[in-house]
Amino acid sequence: MTGMQLIFLIAAAVVVSSAFMSVTSRRMIHAALWFVLALLGVAVIYALLEVSFFAVVQVLVYVGAIAILIIFATMLTRRALEDHGKQFNRATLMTLVIVSVIFAGLVFSLRSWPQIQSMTAPLSADQLDVGVLGLALTAPDGFALPFEVTSILLLAALIGSIYVAYERKEKKK
Amino acid sequence: MNFIYDPVPWVINWLTQLLLSWGLSENFVTTLLYLVGAVLICLGAMLFTTMLIWAERKIGGRFQDRLGPNRVGPWGIFQSIADMLKIFTKEYINPVGIDKIPFNLAPILAVAAVLAVWAVIPFSQTVFGSNINVGILFIIAIGGLGEMAIILAGFGSNNKYALLGAFRAVAQLISYEVPMVIVLLIPVMFSGSMGLNDIVQAQTIPFIVYAPVACMIFFICSIAENGRAPFDLLEADSELVAGYNIEYSGLKFGMFFVADFLHAFTSAIVFTTIFLGGWQGPGVEQIPVLGGAYMLIKTLLVYFLMLAIRFTVPRFRIDQMMALNWKILTPLALVTVVMTALVDKAIPHEMTAIRIGALLVANLILWLLADRMITTFSKRNPVQVVTGKLRPLARPEILSVAEKETAQ
Repeated sequence: MTGMQLIFLIAAAVVVSSAFMSVTSRRMIHAALWFVLALLGVAVIYALLEVSFFAVVQVLVYVGAIAILIIFATMLTRRALEDHGKQFNRATLMTLVIVSVIFAGLVFSLRSWPQIQSMTAPLSADQLDVGVLGLALTAPDGFALPFEVTSILLLAALIGSIYVAYERKEKKK
Repeated sequence: MNFIYDPVPWVINWLTQLLLSWGLSENFVTTLLYLVGAVLICLGAMLFTTMLIWAERKIGGRFQDRLGPNRVGPWGIFQSIADMLKIFTKEYINPVGIDKIPFNLAPILAVAAVLAVWAVIPFSQTVFGSNINVGILFIIAIGGLGEMAIILAGFGSNNKYALLGAFRAVAQLISYEVPMVIVLLIPVMFSGSMGLNDIVQAQTIPFIVYAPVACMIFFICSIAENGRAPFDLLEADSELVAGYNIEYSGLKFGMFFVADFLHAFTSAIVFTTIFLGGWQGPGVEQIPVLGGAYMLIKTLLVYFLMLAIRFTVPRFRIDQMMALNWKILTPLALVTVVMTALVDKAIPHEMTAIRIGALLVANLILWLLADRMITTFSKRNPVQVVTGKLRPLARPEILSVAEKETAQ
């Protein structure tokens, strides 16, 4: 086993276990912190794949912004930060069956994929260039359309949130 | 390769040869040397901080017409070492109701988030930790971990002042990150790369000449990111006691303290690297070790400027701070980026003098426009004077007014 594989296994174990803890933990803030740990683990996996851009953006966007937003929202909106209700409901068994079937299906289809056995190869210098990603996102034969659609979606969300939060001035009588 | 001209790579080379001649594998030697380098940088930075604390207190004293530390050693130079030894012997107090893991993780994360920035800084042409191609983004992302540390401290302490302080701190840090990130696009545009090494290499003429407005926005934002005066709302003593670190004692408090001072110096380093040309200077190509000296001198100058601002300017109120960020800096940053891109694209890069002139004129126009708009805006909307309700005071003429009000 190489060092890379060892680090991958540790990172994967951290991601899976902290995702599990994030779902099962009773204190909301703890759930959010476990979620942060899971996101950091994913960033480590990105770094192992040599996509440093994604690794850094993962930390920047998810840990630096979204996780902090989640923590803020839970702290500001909930009076009791601890839940005491039941953690299972009637659909638990059904969900478990469906999830296991999907997981087994995924494992099966991945095993039949011929490249599953191949090792990750180190990227060449021109593939490491971030500029390639930027060109792919803006080139017309690349991903320009999805990129623009996402931008418009985000802009709409931004305007929508401003509209919702905007306080109309009461007309003085 | 000469030891005097370029000591660090010489030592690394010598160590590699030595370890290889002992029959160790090449991978192992590389890993070992990276590890040694990381430990040395962290240790050096932390020890340097004791000197920084002394210097800051001494300079601050002079600015405010005091003496500063003057008891331990000549000019009080060993004061921080004495403080450090004292803090080692202090008790760790765990208040009732704390959340153990976040409470103890926060100080470590705070220091680590600052030290991690040093991993990507090029200290000279040949001395740098890691030359990743997204260095600028890395610095900002690591800042996010620092915010996480503050939230952990505020939440784990089980203290409402700590929580309020953490909320304020994070609100401030997140807000000022916005114009900072926007403005950082400009050095990326000029150098065509997000790696810090390439950015420094591109600055034969420092970027402060090309983009003075962007440079100023970045400077203001990095002061705000440090949480120092005039942006020191996160530890406004009169309102929050001490901010998010109120429940910490002993070495854990010391780590927040170290993180604070180190962060200030680190942002001076980052500013030097991105806008002042880092290690660039005359004669660097022949004698790379000069680059380290240039870097240090520039950084200390920026740091001194930050100290001068810290010790002379009074604190903003929170609405003023937010207004400065969202109503002035963010729009200005957006306009600067668009304008710089247009002007820079319009003029071919070979005509350096014309390019600099055009960019400077554009920046000047932008600056005057912004100034004009701020002035008219503040004339149209006069600042509301915020006062508390009238309370009885130890002055008879005010006391009688207050009594009249209570009588009604």
